[in-house]
Amino acid sequence: MTTRLATRFAACAAEGRAALVTFVTAGDPDFATAEAILHALPAAGADVIELGVPFTDPMADGIPIQLAGQRALKAGQTLRKTLAMVRTFRKTDAATPIVLMGYYNPVYVYGVDAFLKDALDAGVDGLIMVDLPPEEDDELCLPALRAGLNFIRLATPTTDDKRLPKVLQNTSGFVYYVSMTGITGGVISSYDAVGEAVARIKAHTALPVAVGFGVKTAADAAAIARGADGVVVGSALVEKVRLSLDGSGKATAGTVAAVTDLVAELARGVRSVNKAA
Amino acid sequence: MTVQPVQNSFRNGPDEAGRFGIFGGRFVAETLMPLILDLEAAYADAKADPAFRTGLDSYLKHYVGRPSPLYFAERLTEHVRGLSAAKGGTGGAKIYFKRDELNHTGAHKVNNVTGQIMLAMRMGKKRIIAETGAGQHGVATATLCARFGLQCVVYMGAVDVERQKPNVFRMKMLGAEVIPVQSGTKTLKDAMNEALRDWVTNVADTFYCIGTAAGPHPYPMMVRDFQSVIGTETKAQMLEMEGRLPDSLIASIGGGSNAIGLFHPFLDDAGVRMWGVEAAGHGVDSGQHAASLTGGKPGVLHGNRTYLLMDGDGQITDAHSISAGLDYPGIGPEHAWLHQMGRIEYISATDSEALDAFQLCSKLEGIIPALEPSHAIAKVLQLAPDLPRDHLMVVNLCGRGDKDIFTVAEHLGGM
Repeated sequence: MTTRLATRFAACAAEGRAALVTFVTAGDPDFATAEAILHALPAAGADVIELGVPFTDPMADGIPIQLAGQRALKAGQTLRKTLAMVRTFRKTDAATPIVLMGYYNPVYVYGVDAFLKDALDAGVDGLIMVDLPPEEDDELCLPALRAGLNFIRLATPTTDDKRLPKVLQNTSGFVYYVSMTGITGGVISSYDAVGEAVARIKAHTALPVAVGFGVKTAADAAAIARGADGVVVGSALVEKVRLSLDGSGKATAGTVAAVTDLVAELARGVRSVNKAA
Repeated sequence: MTVQPVQNSFRNGPDEAGRFGIFGGRFVAETLMPLILDLEAAYADAKADPAFRTGLDSYLKHYVGRPSPLYFAERLTEHVRGLSAAKGGTGGAKIYFKRDELNHTGAHKVNNVTGQIMLAMRMGKKRIIAETGAGQHGVATATLCARFGLQCVVYMGAVDVERQKPNVFRMKMLGAEVIPVQSGTKTLKDAMNEALRDWVTNVADTFYCIGTAAGPHPYPMMVRDFQSVIGTETKAQMLEMEGRLPDSLIASIGGGSNAIGLFHPFLDDAGVRMWGVEAAGHGVDSGQHAASLTGGKPGVLHGNRTYLLMDGDGQITDAHSISAGLDYPGIGPEHAWLHQMGRIEYISATDSEALDAFQLCSKLEGIIPALEPSHAIAKVLQLAPDLPRDHLMVVNLCGRGDKDIFTVAEHLGGM
């Protein structure tokens, strides 16, 4: 079965470039605005969309994504509404892969079987669950793979060669390399180290490797794009949402464009690096 | 074919995956997974090394002040017998206090911290981080770090920093850096989130000293093991004083480390009844409480599956208790399992019941208990009058109330 993720990464590779993977939080700053952002992302240059599922206790996230989740929850976002958002998106876009990214508890409470069924129906392509390492594969990873969803795993600088095979074993879609130890939104210290790590992962897998954590500008994106199959941007985008809000925290006429302008800039950065042989 | 003997024990958990039944586990980000595996291996190695135990026991004796006394609370016993008589009864259990409030730093927390700090040093870690609610775990961690010359960073919810000022001052005096946590509800759960974020960032040199029997495996097991000194001593002391085991044990529960420490050595003694007392805040029906077992359901947070307070979407809801140490929306996974198995009875006490018990214990016994064990004492006042006079009941007096006097004064309208 060829998945949307495989097709999209292959298409980007055929163009001789890395894919731009954009993260936004579902329901941030409110349902309607978040839906408008989601619909506008592909045209702005997003190749793959990571849609953050808000959670009250995002233990691996820095302040920008914590705040985005809090805005969304305050506006009434739920996992059910997030799935509805994907369902609507799929009516007009059958090609752009959507990966839900979040923490396990909302899914666990929804019920794993019901969630997998509803996520597939809605048109979700894959899942990234921050707090489900390979040791907990029976919980959601294996059922998701059986149901036909991709399960994308995070590999980190602490994932050494001994552990890497275990991490990659049930990973599909792509591998998300977290370019630093730390929470989302930090600063990358060395692009060389990132390149070496991507090469190390690629020695173990044929899957595309996307790199995230710390990408803020077109120049960052270009630097990562040289060595990786995908560039993930998240905190910088949700910060654009925050900075566009009015004094009472409500969306303004400029909110959607604030996000899509940065996406367009990052897309130019990604596309400035031609890797065609 | 060899027949395996059936091991019908409540003391065999967790399994290799860190599970107690369906509870527990290792629900952490990949960055932390190698660290948790390292810690598990290091702890197994330490546990198998008699020198580690000897060293730990020596510090528990000479630095912490163990064993803590098992004390016959004579006037409280008279009081509950009076309550029984007032109802026309002739009962009233004989009440003992396990005096863990006499430990250095004033609570049971130091038992666990001493163990974890000795393990951290064995692993070569120089920087210790901790979360704290009431501040007792933070003070204990800061104390041991001072004693052994380690860097100490304590995360504490901004709300708790405000309501537990004496402990914040203590930690600073001991050389720790106290970081007020402004995220989320600004209480214990957010302090734990922030400590986990620190650990994810500083993986190489940092040891995360978790204060309760919760979190990812091996923490619930390790903290339980270090706290089990409470129950092991109680067993020996009761045998010496009364010539038999107690009939019941009672302890307050936030994350549940003092309770599991008292209970665990007795779990297979079928004649010993156990009550865990959760914080009912303004009442479990009010929605403003911290009673995860009584008012929550199973979910996944902070590395383990356990009972949690949450809404229908799986979002964690605010806990409330007058006691900062019980103000946590979850509970250790072993308690969740023991609840499911029916081995321990979990009940709850409200803020006002705890305040009454706090005052009564102070006046009757000359012991100012912390607000946490005041919840257990509150239930003793309800349970003990209906039990026979030869019923031996042990209350875990897990902390002293010095830290709480301002909170209590405020609730009583000044003094």
